Amino acid sequence: MTTTGTEQGEAPVTPRGDGPGESPVVQTSRSKRAARVAEAASVGVKTLLVKIALLSIVDAIGVYALMVLFLKQDWVVFGAVLVVTAVVNWIYFSRYKLPAKYLAPGLIFLLIFQIFVVGYSGYIAFTNYGTGHNSTKQDAITSLIVSSQQRVPDSPTFDLTVLEKLGTFSFLVTDPDGTVSVGSTDVPLTPVTNAEVDDAGKAVGLSGYTPLKFNDIVSNQEAIAAISVPLSDDPNDGTLRTPDGSSAYLYLSDLVYDEAAGTMTNTTTSTVYVDNGKTGSFVAADGTELLPGWKVEVGLANFAKAFGSESIRGPLISVTIWTFAFALLSVLTTFGLGLFLAIVFNNMKMRGRNFYRVVLILPYAFPAFLSALVWAGMLNPQFGFVNQVLFGGAEIPWLTNEWLAKFSIIFVNLWLGFPYMFLVCTGALQSIPEEIQEAATVDGARPGQVFRLIKLPLLLVSVAPLLISSFAFNFNNFNLIYMLTNGGPRDVTAGVNVGATDILISMVYKVAFVGASRDYGLASAFSIIIFLLVALVSIISFKQTKALEELN
Amino acid sequence: MMVNKKGLLAAGAVAVAASLALAGCAGGSTSGSSKSDAASSTLTVWVDADRAAVLKDAAAAFTKESGVKVKLVQKDFGKIQEAFIAQVPTGKGPDITIAAHDWLGNFVSNGVVQPVELGDTVGDYQKVAVTAMSVEGKTYGVPYSIENIALLRNTALAPTAPATYDDMIAAGTAAGTEFPFLVQVGPESDPYHLYPFQTSFGAPVFGTNADGSYNPDDLSIGNAGGEAYAAWLAKEGAAGHLSVNVTGDIAKEKFNSGASPFLITGPWNVPDAQKAGIDVAVDPIPSAGGSPAQPFVGVQGFVVSAKSKNALAANEFLVNYIGSEKVQTELYKVGGRAPALTSAFEAASSDPITAGFGAVAAEAVPMPSIPQMGKVWQFWGVTEAAIITGAGDPTQLWQKMTADIQAAIK
Repeated sequence: MTTTGTEQGEAPVTPRGDGPGESPVVQTSRSKRAARVAEAASVGVKTLLVKIALLSIVDAIGVYALMVLFLKQDWVVFGAVLVVTAVVNWIYFSRYKLPAKYLAPGLIFLLIFQIFVVGYSGYIAFTNYGTGHNSTKQDAITSLIVSSQQRVPDSPTFDLTVLEKLGTFSFLVTDPDGTVSVGSTDVPLTPVTNAEVDDAGKAVGLSGYTPLKFNDIVSNQEAIAAISVPLSDDPNDGTLRTPDGSSAYLYLSDLVYDEAAGTMTNTTTSTVYVDNGKTGSFVAADGTELLPGWKVEVGLANFAKAFGSESIRGPLISVTIWTFAFALLSVLTTFGLGLFLAIVFNNMKMRGRNFYRVVLILPYAFPAFLSALVWAGMLNPQFGFVNQVLFGGAEIPWLTNEWLAKFSIIFVNLWLGFPYMFLVCTGALQSIPEEIQEAATVDGARPGQVFRLIKLPLLLVSVAPLLISSFAFNFNNFNLIYMLTNGGPRDVTAGVNVGATDILISMVYKVAFVGASRDYGLASAFSIIIFLLVALVSIISFKQTKALEELN
Repeated sequence: MMVNKKGLLAAGAVAVAASLALAGCAGGSTSGSSKSDAASSTLTVWVDADRAAVLKDAAAAFTKESGVKVKLVQKDFGKIQEAFIAQVPTGKGPDITIAAHDWLGNFVSNGVVQPVELGDTVGDYQKVAVTAMSVEGKTYGVPYSIENIALLRNTALAPTAPATYDDMIAAGTAAGTEFPFLVQVGPESDPYHLYPFQTSFGAPVFGTNADGSYNPDDLSIGNAGGEAYAAWLAKEGAAGHLSVNVTGDIAKEKFNSGASPFLITGPWNVPDAQKAGIDVAVDPIPSAGGSPAQPFVGVQGFVVSAKSKNALAANEFLVNYIGSEKVQTELYKVGGRAPALTSAFEAASSDPITAGFGAVAAEAVPMPSIPQMGKVWQFWGVTEAAIITGAGDPTQLWQKMTADIQAAIK
C-alpha cells in the first residue's frame, strides 16, 4: 500500500524521462504541495472534532480494558494495552507522524494476529501442553482430589438442611432411620434430639442455627460444596458432602495431597506420587503417572521426541522425500497446464474465449476439501465414476495402491490447481507488450524461439514468486491429503500410523493427535521444523529469481 | 485528498478501537462469572443448536424455581470437545456442557470435569447409559440419549428377521438383490460398524471390570475369538459380502434404492430410507460367531466443568431438570435418539423404530471412553481392511495389530 502511495504521489511531479530535481519548477511545485498537505493535516475544526471523538472512543475502550485487567491482575496484558493506548494517543495527537497515522492500525493488528500467534506457537513447542497437561498445577491438584472422592457403595442418602451460625456452615442430616445429627468440617457428626422435624420426618431446623434456603445455598455454593463433615473421629469412615444442597452422601477419598512435601498419597495402596519437576505430573516410584498433570516447560524434549522416537524417525525420511516430490510436481504440473492453456486462450483469433475461460476457472471456485471428497468418491474402485464409466468397470485401485494413490493425489491437485496458474499466466502474458513479439518476429525469430527466449523469461519475472508461494502452500496441503486418501494406503505390517501418501503435515497430525489425545507441544515443534524447511527452500528460490529480475 | 485522509484516519481510529476492544475482551469476559452473589448467579450451558430450544424451557422453569439464571450458548457439537478442554482451565469455559460419553476419558485425563452425583435417581436411567457416563466407577454426566446401530430390514425384500448371519446371507441371496446385505466398510474399514460381528466371536476390545467399566490392562481383542473373527473377515471378504469399496454413502444409497434387503446402520439413516419409500423394520444384528452380536452404544449427556463456581446449582439443574421425564422426552423428539431415562424411553417405545434400536441397545456395550481406546483405532481399521482385501494371512495380521496396540498403550 505504501508503495502505491509513493508512486502515485511522485508520478505527476517526475514524469517519465525527467530526472527528479532537475528543474526548479518541479522543486517549487513540490514544496507547495508539501505545505498544502501539512496544512490540511493540521487545521480544520471539523477534522479535529472528528479526531477527538474517535480517539475518545478508543481511550474509553482502552480505560475499560485496563480496569478489567487491573481487577484480574493480569499485568502483562495490562502493560500491553497501556502502551498501545498511550502510543495511539501520542501518534494521533501529534502534528507530524503522518506515516505512523496510516500505519499504526495495521501494525497493531499485525502484532495481535500474527506476531503474537506465531510467537505463542513457538513457545508451545517448548512445553508439554497437550492432553493431560493443559492447565496449572493447582488445577491438577484440585481436579485429582475432587475426582478421587468416591461415594461409598450402597451407602444411604441423608436428607440435609444446611445451617449457618456466625458465618460458619453446618450440616443437619437425617439418616434413613430418622436419626438426626449435626456436624461441620471441624466437628464430626453428633446426634441431636432437639431438632425441628417436618411432616416427612426430615430435620429442618435447630435452635441457635439459621437454616439456609435454596437461594442462600446457591449464593454460598462454593463454600458449601467444599464442606466435608467427618462421620466420626476416624477419617477412614469417610465424610459427608453434598452435591446439591438438599441431600448428603458418604464419600471416601483415596488421594491425599501433602502440601508441605508436595506429594500425593493414595491411602488405599499407600503409594506416594512425587512431583519430579520434569514431566509436570505426580509420578510414583514405579513410574506410574497420575493424570491430569499440568503444563511445564520441557526445553528441547519435543524436538528430541520428533527425531528420537522410532515411530517418527522411521518414516520421516520417506515422508520428507514424498513431501518434496509432491510439492514440486504439483507446482510443475499445474504451472505447465495453466501456462499452456493461458497461451492457447491468449490467441485473439479464438472464438468464445471468455466462455472457455469461465469454465476453466470453475475448479478454482469450489472449496478444495469438498472437491477432494467428491474425487475420492469418483475414484472408488468398484462404484466410482472413473472406473465405471471411463474404464468400463475395471477395478483400478486408484487410492489403495501405493503408486496409483500418489498419482491420483497429484492428478487431483492438478485439477484443483491449474485454474490459479491459468489466471496468473493469462495476466502475466497480457502484460507483455505486443511490440516485443513483433520486434522479435521482424528480427527473424521463430515462434518457439520467441516463447522460449523472450516470453517465458519475462513471464517468470512476475510468476516465479507465485510459484514459490505455491510450493510452500502445497508443502503443507493438509486438506487434500486428509480428504482424498487420509495418507493411505498404509502398510499394516510396518506398525506405524503413516501411509504412502502422507506428507509431513499430515504425518504430524497423525503422530501428535492420536485419537482424542492432543500433543500440542510436539505438533508445535514439528511446525517449527516444517517452517524452517519451507523458509530454506523459499530463500534459495528467491535468490535464484533475483537473476530473472535483472532482465527488466 | 482532504476527504480521503479523514476517511483513512477515521478508519484507522476505528481499527485501533476494535483491536483494543479485542484485547479488552481477552481479559474481560471472566469478570462476569466470578461474581457469586445470588442475584447474578448464572449457569452457563453449552448446547448444540438442535437441543437449545428444549433446554430453554427447562432453564426457564429452573430459573423460576431457584432464582439462578441459565445462559444457553449454542455451539457446534463437533467443536465442543476441544473448546471445552481448552477453555475450562482458563476459567472461561461454561458450567455445563453437552457431551458425548466417549469424550469423558479425555475430559477426565485433562481434569476439566467433576463427578455428578445422581444419588438415588441412578436407578431411573438405563444401566448402559450410566455405565457409559462413568469413568473408573465415578459418574461424570447426566445422560439423555442412547444411540447405536442395528439391522435395518427392507420388509418388502425380507419378510422375517434373520436369526443368524448365515440366515441373513441366505435370505439376502434369495431376495436376488445386488448385495445380500450391506454394511459400510470403506478403504480403512469401519470397526465401529463391524464391531457387532467381532463381539459375536467373543473378542471385545477390552475386558471389563466387575462394575462394567473397561479395563485397559486387559486387551482382549487378540484372543482366540479375535483370530476366528479375522479368519471370518477374510472369508467374507473373499466371498464379496464385505468390501472396502462400500463406503457409508454407497451403502446407504444402495439400500435406499432397494439393492439389498439388509443394512447395518444407525437411526440417523432411517428417515432417508423411509423417504425413499422403503418400509423398514429394525432387528437385532444377527450373530456370526455364535455369541450375541453387541454393537457399541454412544451416550450423550451433560457434564459439569471442574472449574464451575456454581457446582451445586449445576448439579441440581442436571439431576432434577435435565433428568426429568418431560425434558428427556422433549430431547428425544428433537433428536430422534432413544432417551436414557427408562420412563421416557418406555413412553418413546410406542415408535417401533425407537423400540427396535432400544432393544439392541439394552444388550449392547458402551464404546470405551478410556484414553487407551484412542490408540486402538489407528491400527484396528487398516488391519481389518487389509484382511478383507486379502493382503495377508488373517491370523498374522491380527496378531501384528494386537502387538502394535499393546505397544502403543503400554
